[in-house]
Amino acid sequence: MSVQDVFNAISTWAIPVVIFIVVGYALAKRVPIYSVFTTGAKDGFSTAVMIIPYLVAMLCAIGMLRASGAMDAFCNLIDPITSLIGCPGEVLPFAVMRSFSGGGAEGMMTELVTTYGTQSQIGRIASVAMGSTETTFYILAVYFGSVGVTNSRHSVAAGLLGDLASLIASCVIVNLLWGYGF
Amino acid sequence: MMNYLFAAFMLIGVVAGGITGTMDAVLQNIFDFAQSGVDIALGLIGTMAFFCGLMKLMEESGLCDKLGKAIYPVMRLLFPDVPADHPANSIMALYFAANILGIGNAATPFGLKTMQELQTLNKTKNIATNAQCMLMAISTTSITLLPSTVISIRASIQADGAAEIVVPVIIATTISTVTGVGFSLLFQRTKRWKLENVIEREIAAGTLEVNEDYIGDDPIVLPEGYKLKTDFGSKEE
Repeated sequence: MSVQDVFNAISTWAIPVVIFIVVGYALAKRVPIYSVFTTGAKDGFSTAVMIIPYLVAMLCAIGMLRASGAMDAFCNLIDPITSLIGCPGEVLPFAVMRSFSGGGAEGMMTELVTTYGTQSQIGRIASVAMGSTETTFYILAVYFGSVGVTNSRHSVAAGLLGDLASLIASCVIVNLLWGYGF
Repeated sequence: MMNYLFAAFMLIGVVAGGITGTMDAVLQNIFDFAQSGVDIALGLIGTMAFFCGLMKLMEESGLCDKLGKAIYPVMRLLFPDVPADHPANSIMALYFAANILGIGNAATPFGLKTMQELQTLNKTKNIATNAQCMLMAISTTSITLLPSTVISIRASIQADGAAEIVVPVIIATTISTVTGVGFSLLFQRTKRWKLENVIEREIAAGTLEVNEDYIGDDPIVLPEGYKLKTDFGSKEE
């Protein structure tokens, strides 16, 4: 059994075990389980509906940006800078997309890995960058939307700097680990 | 910042679409993405409902308090504004655990619930607190240890070496999270983003809304004759 198998087993068992503990504990404490559970479940509906306007607004704006070709122009602009950290130009459009659209980035990563191979420099950097951060704008729209917060203060800046750190780290680690040099 | 970025995305989209001759794709994406926004949100209802029910059970049975007390010493480091007996502590612990294990479907309901719990400590309705920003700094930089989606995509292309990226991902995601959290701690002290300053600015601009559900003991006292400029009459319930 590999480390990954152990990890998968933990992931599969964690939630059912938590459910068992929560329901068992509530039963022991004589909580009216069915009515309490369904009362809580009602919140799920309102939360989902609450985030719709924020999510639609953010996704549409990102959708327009994505289709316009502006991101490619931006990539050409920053390519000389990112090549300093050993980031191949082919990875850049994906790296920029990573902050905006999870689905878009996943598609581009799949394309890169298919074209250049899973064990190529480009394929590896894209894979590591994909796995090491989240879609900043999507997360912020959903979570702040769920409580109606519109002034997110420094969250965008911190999230994007985190994305940048993820890209730099991905390039440096892959280049060092597999000896691609800079 | 979100204000300007949101506007910039759309304005740049139209201008760049015009220049590169992709206006038809820009238009098409508005309809496609509007639809997918609704699909994503409605798709959440089922799991949201189930886990909200489970979390209610945790609260009512007292398990929430117990877990919260146990985890508080750790939570206090990153979320000093959250009191020891607040339910956010335990829900947040579950959220982080689900994230680390890569159980995305369960993580989202826990995360949204955490955000709502933190909102009870928010004096305002519309400005993020330090705790909420910290939660987002951790969430947007990912704390997943096993990138299962990436591995399965790689495995579908070539089975050999599909999981070789696990250790690099763990190192890279640690670096990205430390960076996000570090900048968050730094930014929340700056003149531009300090909570008190933001509140002051929004009061002056007439855009601040007071949170009636605030449970803390230090509510905002609005100046005499304060009038909300952004009240479009849609707030009646």
